[in-house]
Formats: sequence, C-alpha cells, structure tokens
Amino acid sequence: MAILKRYAVRRVLKALLTVYLVATGTFFLVRMLPGNPVEVYINTQMSQYGVSYAEASSQAAGLFSFNPNEPLIQQYGDFLAGLVRGDLGESLLAPGTSVLDIVFEYLPWTLFSVGLGVLISFALGITLGMLMAYWRESWLDHALSLIGSLLQSVPNYLLAMLVVVFFGVQLEILPIADMRGAYSPGVTPNLSFDFLSDVMYHAGLPITIYVLTTIGGWMLVMKSSTVETLGEDYVTVARARGLTDGRIRSAYVGRNAVLPLVPQLAITLGFVVGGSILVEQVFQYQGIGYLLFQSVQRRDYPVLQGILLVVTIAVVAANLIADLLYGRLDPRVRLNGEE
Amino acid sequence: MLRSLTRSKAGFAGFIVFALMILVAVVGPFFTPSHLSTDLNAVYLPPSTGHPLGTDSEGRDIAIQMINGGRAVILVGVLAAAISTLIAIVFGALAAYLGGWVDSLIVSVTDIVLTVPQIVLLAVLASLYKLDSPWVLAAILGGFAWPYLLRSVRAQVFSLKEREYVEAAQLLDLGTGWIVGREILPNMATFIMMNFVVTMTNAIYALVGLYFLGLAPIVDDNWGAMLNKAWTRGAIFFSDSLFYVLAPVIAISVLQLSLVTMTRSFEEILNPRLRES
Repeated sequence: MAILKRYAVRRVLKALLTVYLVATGTFFLVRMLPGNPVEVYINTQMSQYGVSYAEASSQAAGLFSFNPNEPLIQQYGDFLAGLVRGDLGESLLAPGTSVLDIVFEYLPWTLFSVGLGVLISFALGITLGMLMAYWRESWLDHALSLIGSLLQSVPNYLLAMLVVVFFGVQLEILPIADMRGAYSPGVTPNLSFDFLSDVMYHAGLPITIYVLTTIGGWMLVMKSSTVETLGEDYVTVARARGLTDGRIRSAYVGRNAVLPLVPQLAITLGFVVGGSILVEQVFQYQGIGYLLFQSVQRRDYPVLQGILLVVTIAVVAANLIADLLYGRLDPRVRLNGEE
Repeated sequence: MLRSLTRSKAGFAGFIVFALMILVAVVGPFFTPSHLSTDLNAVYLPPSTGHPLGTDSEGRDIAIQMINGGRAVILVGVLAAAISTLIAIVFGALAAYLGGWVDSLIVSVTDIVLTVPQIVLLAVLASLYKLDSPWVLAAILGGFAWPYLLRSVRAQVFSLKEREYVEAAQLLDLGTGWIVGREILPNMATFIMMNFVVTMTNAIYALVGLYFLGLAPIVDDNWGAMLNKAWTRGAIFFSDSLFYVLAPVIAISVLQLSLVTMTRSFEEILNPRLRES
C-alpha cells in the first residue's frame, strides 16, 4: 500500500509539473515574441481608436489579465496567481466573458464524443484483434487486417470529408446541415430521452469517424499482443492442466494481452482530442476543436491560451488515470517506478 | 533493409507505391507548366481529355496541380521525420549513456512533450508564426514528434550497454560516439526505419490538417492547399468538380497507406511471430 501511495504521489507531481510547464510555455509564447498579440492589440487600439498608449496598455492589461508595463517576473507571478484561482483572463472579442466560461461551454461536447468514440473503438478493436489472433491466417484475419490497415491510413478528417461529400451532398442520405452543432436549436439541455437522442443525432457522425479511424490500430495491436501471449509458457501450462478454452481465453490470454494496451488508451485519447479540431471543423460540431478554429481565425489569444491549457490538463489527467490504473493492474510497473 | 522489405508482399507493394509517388513528385514538375493561369471561362469543368480531372474554381487544370502538389507534402514529411529521428537518437543515447541527472532531465522533458496535445499546440503556434517555409513547418512538426523513438533508443542503449560486444568495445577504449554509431545503432536499424516512417505518417497528417484549417499559409498548389480551396470554395456541391476534392483525398490516403504497410512489414521483421508463414 505504501509503495502504491508513493507511486501515485510521484505521478501526480509529474502531472502538475507538466501543466505548470505548458502554462509557462504559453505565457512566454504570447508575451515574448516580437509583434506579440499584446503589442499588436495596443498598436491597433492606438492607431484605430486614437487612444493613448497608457490607456491602450491598461486595456490590454485587463484583457490579458496582466500589466505590460510591469517587469516580466511580476507579470509571470500575477499570471500564475490568476491560474491558481482559475482566472485565465477574458476573451478579446467578447470582453467581460471569462475564458474559462467559454472553454467549459465547448469542452464537454468534445470530451463526450471523443471519450465515447475511443471507448467503443477500444472494446470492438480488442474483441476483433483477439479473434484475428485465434484464427490466424484465416480469411477473417486477412480481411480484418486489410480493413484495419486501410482505416488506419486514412486521416480522420479526410474520412469525415468523404462522408460529407458522398452521403451528405452528392447522395443526400444524411442531413448534414441539420446535424451541425452540438444539439438542435430550441432544445434545452436536460436529462430527458429527447435531449439525449438529439445529442446523439449530432454527435453520431464525429463518434463514427473516431471509431472507424482508431479501430484498425486497436485490432492490429491486440492481435500482435494476443499472439505474443499465446506463445507464453503459462498458457501452455494452463492447456496442459486441462483448463477449458474459455477460461484460458479470458483469464490467461485476454487479461495479459490487454494489459500493454491500457497506457495506449490515454495516448490515443490525447491524440483524438487533438484530431477533433479537424473532424469537428468538417462536421461543424461545436466542441473545443470548433472553438479553437474560431479563436485562431479571430486571433483571440487569451481563449487560445486557455484552450491549450485546459486540453493539456484533460490529456494529462487521462494519462494520470491510465498510469494509476496500470499500476494497479500490473504490480511490476509500480515497483519499477520505485527505483 | 531492402531485402527485409521484399520479404513481406504488402510491405513491398507499399514501398513500390511510395517510390512511385516520390518519382512523380520529383520528376513530374519538370514536365508540367509551373504556373497555371486563371481562366474564368473554364471554372469547374468536368473531366475531359484536355483536363483528365477537370478544373478548379479558377479554371486551372487539377491533374497538373496533383502532379506538382505532392512534392511539398512529401518533402516536409521527410524533413520532419529526419529532424525528429536525429533528436531522438542523439538525446536518447545521451540519456542512457550519461545517466544521472542528464537522464532524469531528458526523461522528464520527453514525458511532458508526449502529453501535450500536438495538433492543438501546432494550431496555436501557427497562429503566432508565419509557417511559410517547408523548413519551419518541418522543424515544428518534427520538433514534437521524437518522444516515442527517444524512449526506445534510451531503453535499447540501456540494455545493449551491458552486452559483451559493447563492453568489449568499451574495454578497447573506443569513444561513446563510436560505440553508439557502430555497435548500437546498426542493431536498431529496422526499428529506427519503422519509426521514421511512422513519424512521416504523423507529420503528413498534421501538415495537411494545418493546410485544411488554413493555418499554414497557402502559397503554392500542394495537396493540402488544394483540399482547403476545394472545401472552402464549394467544389463539393458540384458533381462535375468532385475530383477537386477527391484527387487530393485519395492521393494523401494512398500515400499514408503505403507508409503504413511499410511500417507493418518492419513490424513483422521485429516480431517474427507476426510473420506470414
């Protein structure tokens, strides 16, 4: 128990360090560059609206939640203090709206669609992967390998575009225009069946794309992991002991073959959250990727900084959970973490 | 290396396709006009003998754009993979060899880079910098792609460090660089090649994504830029100009597929149990 606790503490500290470094990185990126957004903002305010430098820089200070005339160290201190309070400044384009409020309006939709997509894909992928390993060299194995490779190769946003072009525009099977957004206009978020089915109606396409483009990877990794496990001595011993095939499959092969895939789950989650920017843009699904694109277009730097930070925190948290879970599942990991 | 590719049918096919695409991308532009003039009388023409894939929103031939447009995409992919591989080998070997605080520092930085969502970071960087040269794009794409290979190089060097032939080299007082270059890297050649190809795949994914979102400046007619224009200028709504969207989508997908099948054959070499009988 003590070992597990020390392992957990180390992992949490590492996660916090990552978030801190990314926050610091974005702070200096936005402020230190020549022609940085703060300077640009001050200059446009001065040239467009004829305000004085002092006035413009105090406006910038409010918007970016720091004062450009203070020494950098003090700005950095203020920024970190704000960060701890959850204050990421205000949006440039919607003054008075806090960055955190904006980000939290969009983030749940991404987490929901990506999370569900990755989980469905993982469950399906490992099942198919095990089948492929058991029936190696059969037509099923060859067919699934081919499909898996094909699906894995096509970038998710390109597949999404193909869906829109063929099923949406050319064949008019899917009402693409109606399916935009996170839920239909006029529907109020609540826990009723109607609302949930409306949510699924809008999230269906992005989720399908996430499943299709990640399932190939899971299938192939699970296949090779299962093949490797089947060659282990303990499986041969289990067979020699006369255990039933079903028991060997679930208790001996399945569990051990899935184990190395668990850390990959978190990495995939991070990758898909990143890729969601592109997929959400294609389907106009209003998640964090959509917000990111909008903010980039409008050069809304405080929001951009907030998105990068919040998404990083989400990914770091997912990694942390996967690592702790892995530590519980496989005792060897936490012993190695001890050295 | 090549012999190992010929052993797997799918891997060899991938290699051939990839080689052909490079050939077209490198040689093709010498035979096609480098500047296509706008012809407003020929906007969104359907495929014909004069224009095998039709024309775009400015009346320019799509087939010629396809031939000219692969170079930039493949070049940035290769450069990004080269930069990332170099970083991974140098710092991975350094970490394992020097150990101590150097090792801890490199491992911590690796863990952090691994967790930062790359596309999001790239999008933010693209909004701050002008990414108009292939070198800058490759440096940024490759600059975040090295953690996987670095981890493996570090682990490999750690385990190989204790092997007899490496110890023998050490006893002969051959330098660290010599040992890594002559004894350890050749042992990892297949693995490094596989990672190179994987990194190319990811870099091309991100690169085309940046073009598609309009985050990388559209200065020439590469596949990513074509995709962006086709999508934003409504080519998807006309069945005549469908190839404007389809051609780059198919080209990029085939490129990615050829790279992935090559990866798979490298994997089969590394893990003989996966090999076809």
